[in-house]
Amino acid sequence: MAERLPVKKTYKLFIGGAFPRSESGRTYEAEGQNVGRASRKDARDAVRVARAAWPKWAGMTAYNRGQVLYRLAEMIESRSAEFAELSTGRDEVERTVDRIVWYAGWADKLAQVLGSSNPVAGPYFNFTVPEPTGVVAILAPDEPPLLGLVSRVVPALTGGNAVVAVASETHPLAAIELAEALATSDVPGGVVNLLTGHRKELAPWLASHMDVNALDITGAEGASAELERAAADNVKRVVRGDPDSQSPWEIASFLELKTVWHPVGQ
Amino acid sequence: MAQAPVLPRGFELPLEPRLPRVGSVDAVALEERAASLAKRSIKREAKVFALELAVRMMDLTTLEGQDTPGKVAALASKAIRPDPSDAGIPSVAAICVYPNLVPSAVARVEGTSVKVASVATAFPSGQSPIETKLEEVRWVVENGADEVHMVIDRGPFLSNRYAKVYDEIVQVKEASGQVRLKVILEVAELGTYDNVRRASLLAMAAGADFIKTSTGKLPGAATLPVTLCMLEAIRDVYEETGRMIGMKPAGGIRQAKQAVHYLVQLHETLGVEWLTPDLYRLGASSLLNDVLMQLRKEKTGAYQSPDYFTVD
Amino acid sequence: MTELERKQDRTPVPKEWAYAPAPESRDLVTLDDRYGHYVGGTWLEPSETYTTISPATEEPLAEVGQATPEEVEAAVAAARDAFENGWSGISTAERAKYLFRIARILQERAREFAVLESLNGGKPIKESRDVDLPLAAAHFFYYAGWADKLEYAFPNRRPRPVGVAGQIIPWNFPLLMLSWKIAPALAAGNTVVLKPAETTPLSALLFADVLRQAELPPGVVNIVTGDGRAGAALVKSEGVDKIAFTGSTEVGKAIQRELAGTGRKLTLELGGKAANIIFDDAALDQAVEGIVNGIYFNQGHVCCAGSRLLVQESIYEPVVEKLKRRLTTLRVGDPLDKNTDVGAINSEEQLERIRELVESGEQEGAEIYQPPCRLPEKGYWFAPTVFTNVAQSYRIAQEEIFGPVLSVLTFRTPEEAVEKANNTPYGLSAGVWTEKGSRILWMAERLRAGVVWANTFNRFDPSSPFGGYKESGFGREGGRHGLEPYLNFDGGESSGG
Repeated sequence: MAERLPVKKTYKLFIGGAFPRSESGRTYEAEGQNVGRASRKDARDAVRVARAAWPKWAGMTAYNRGQVLYRLAEMIESRSAEFAELSTGRDEVERTVDRIVWYAGWADKLAQVLGSSNPVAGPYFNFTVPEPTGVVAILAPDEPPLLGLVSRVVPALTGGNAVVAVASETHPLAAIELAEALATSDVPGGVVNLLTGHRKELAPWLASHMDVNALDITGAEGASAELERAAADNVKRVVRGDPDSQSPWEIASFLELKTVWHPVGQ
Repeated sequence: MAQAPVLPRGFELPLEPRLPRVGSVDAVALEERAASLAKRSIKREAKVFALELAVRMMDLTTLEGQDTPGKVAALASKAIRPDPSDAGIPSVAAICVYPNLVPSAVARVEGTSVKVASVATAFPSGQSPIETKLEEVRWVVENGADEVHMVIDRGPFLSNRYAKVYDEIVQVKEASGQVRLKVILEVAELGTYDNVRRASLLAMAAGADFIKTSTGKLPGAATLPVTLCMLEAIRDVYEETGRMIGMKPAGGIRQAKQAVHYLVQLHETLGVEWLTPDLYRLGASSLLNDVLMQLRKEKTGAYQSPDYFTVD
Repeated sequence: MTELERKQDRTPVPKEWAYAPAPESRDLVTLDDRYGHYVGGTWLEPSETYTTISPATEEPLAEVGQATPEEVEAAVAAARDAFENGWSGISTAERAKYLFRIARILQERAREFAVLESLNGGKPIKESRDVDLPLAAAHFFYYAGWADKLEYAFPNRRPRPVGVAGQIIPWNFPLLMLSWKIAPALAAGNTVVLKPAETTPLSALLFADVLRQAELPPGVVNIVTGDGRAGAALVKSEGVDKIAFTGSTEVGKAIQRELAGTGRKLTLELGGKAANIIFDDAALDQAVEGIVNGIYFNQGHVCCAGSRLLVQESIYEPVVEKLKRRLTTLRVGDPLDKNTDVGAINSEEQLERIRELVESGEQEGAEIYQPPCRLPEKGYWFAPTVFTNVAQSYRIAQEEIFGPVLSVLTFRTPEEAVEKANNTPYGLSAGVWTEKGSRILWMAERLRAGVVWANTFNRFDPSSPFGGYKESGFGREGGRHGLEPYLNFDGGESSGG
């Protein structure tokens, strides 16, 4: 009796909540699969939809953002078997889920820890609040494929940013699996966009993109000087984070601080 | 008799359509602007100009239960010739007295440029029936007062019965005929600059020739910010209608330096056209001698002693 | 003539009330003929010099050094030596006391510094006396208190100094920007090489004397003077661990490029094109004061100046009328006169830039208004200017002019105001004027700017974080947040400040 031939998944990009093929029609082979190889135009499209999706995400209450992120953790937990296969294993998946839960709990505490009210010498009330910087481009580290990506993307999300991330080049499948979890979660379409492909090809376009506010070069692998130089074209915030850390300062690196003054009078 | 229309709450002022919108006042910014104007450094000839102008704008005032014709006579002499040793010092603008003392004041200043102003309308509280107030106004005018100072009825004002306040001013204006009507807002009882602005516009709409800060009977009389607030209301009325309304800060102005600050504020808010006793008065009882001392210091170069200036 | 008519006779009105000159005494300042670089607690004889002048009179004031890369390196080496052999070992409480000393000496010598600031920079003495100096001293006082409390500011993060900070400051608030840079750097335990702006080096050089009086250990603060070449040498120096720059966006980008890949820390406080938004329910007279303070304060040489006025259409006319009238009372002239409201343009180069942009505004079709005022013949002057009929696309509505030039635009709804205000690559500051509390907060949430002044403008305080979004830079100065750029931490750090 012939064994059943499995129906194989086509690994596509994740842009604007949908799963398009690269406009270039290209794929590359990774982890024994054909994976979408995003082009500069795909990167451009991703930035465009991220910019459009950002106000809604940033405008949600922090409580609500926290809940949406918690829901994402639930989605990943429920698919942990698939994720375990596509990452380094069960341990990575569990740490990923726990990390998202940890960040979900930060959403509505950031302003209290990072903000301040400032006792100015005059009849004014003055306070400082953190705000998302906007659209963040992230070069995820190659390893660990799931936890590395999540450790960079989720802090940016927690702070209210929209993200365009370039997934691990060598192990991109976990990113696509994550995209499927995101697509069925309550994260609005376009808030997270995941590109697979050649990092060296995509990174310069994101680094020089004038509508990207911050560039995370954690996964840049040595080639960062050129990217940092390009990032200066619109004074991007350049973040070199940790591929495996869990800290509110990782969130803070994607935040701006806004200070508001108002007179106190009758 | 003039009758203010019944007005909806919150938009109550019986202003003609061309009068400025009521608007509001930001207290902190107003006070900062007033403080910044008070930092002007007025020296030498510019200072002498201001001090002489301050003398000519001064309303020498006595409003005491113990006032007598003798006291008024002394005040009048001081008003006519503030510095007996210096004929170059001009007379003050007016003397301001209670109604009973109007006849003796008029007699004392006759033939001089000094005018007689009388408070009326149940000064300082305003808490009397309208008929009584109007009777008092007619009486001081008949007895020769050049200017009538009325107080607004703060009770109705603070309970949003603006039409009553307006109506009363209109009637007093009618009763005072041709003489100048100064309307005292008693700002210390109005609570906020928003109210001061509102009361200023209301008084001007009802026919005030001057608006004045205070009776002088309460602590917290004229201040630079409250005066600035009223000047800005005057400026809005001028810009909208062309009417030039006068301003009188009263109470608490004791030093020549303060008087100069008030005049700088006037100059930079309403311009040089307002630098006349016809449109600006300083209400004060103890300011004059300090101004005279400063003027003599400017002339002689030596700092002065109060022993050389008459107390009246 | 009836008796009554006689009594109502009008008295004549004077033609004018000209204020007599009220100059602050220049004798409060004694200048040397020639200044070197302040390195390692002593004066280093410069190999090259240039002349620094008073922009109000073009009078030469002193010869100052044009630092060569070698001289910059000498300063960096002195700072490194001080960092490693002393300053970082001094107890934090002692560090605090040095800063308190500096604050006190600045307060005591405030008038002297104010005069020098106006002399060398052209700003009105009223402002250097009432704004620059009090704030500069307050800044040292504020950060002095932080020096021995860093672990409370950043719990669980083990804050440690970065090392040698290279600091490059602009000419618009020379001493105040010096204090914004030096005070937090020292409080955090760093040593400093500071380069003041080419046109305004003198208050920084006099500040060296404050350091002497405060007995600050040698090399903790080093001051090198010169033009952009000296700044570039400081940025390139490998002995510098952190660069803090305040200045133009163009130079800021160049610095960011220069530091790419080096891993050295950077904060940038760059240009702006702030919208000052007036709603029809605003307290108008105060709003007009805010507009004036927003753009004519310090001749408009302010990165956060409210250079784009957005007025709700329904009150456009009264606002513009009031504004024009108010402009006629601005007193332009001698910076040392206590009654001067608008002083001299800082340099010939800046004057040229202002002129060029104003010409472009006229050519593009905006309507220009300048109040009648007599400008001095010598020196660099530009009359306060308002442009009406400005379209969002005009250069005067897009580019930072850094001068006393206001562009007036209109809007109809809050949405439109936000859209226009944010329609710029900059994001330093914004102003909102309305009596409606909920609208203030709604606007404040949406304006993409690091500082939002609601019903006020151009207020500063050492406890209040200041810095930009987008191309206005990153990092914050002031407040607890202002310490972050000068510290290293355990467990990641935020780039935003």
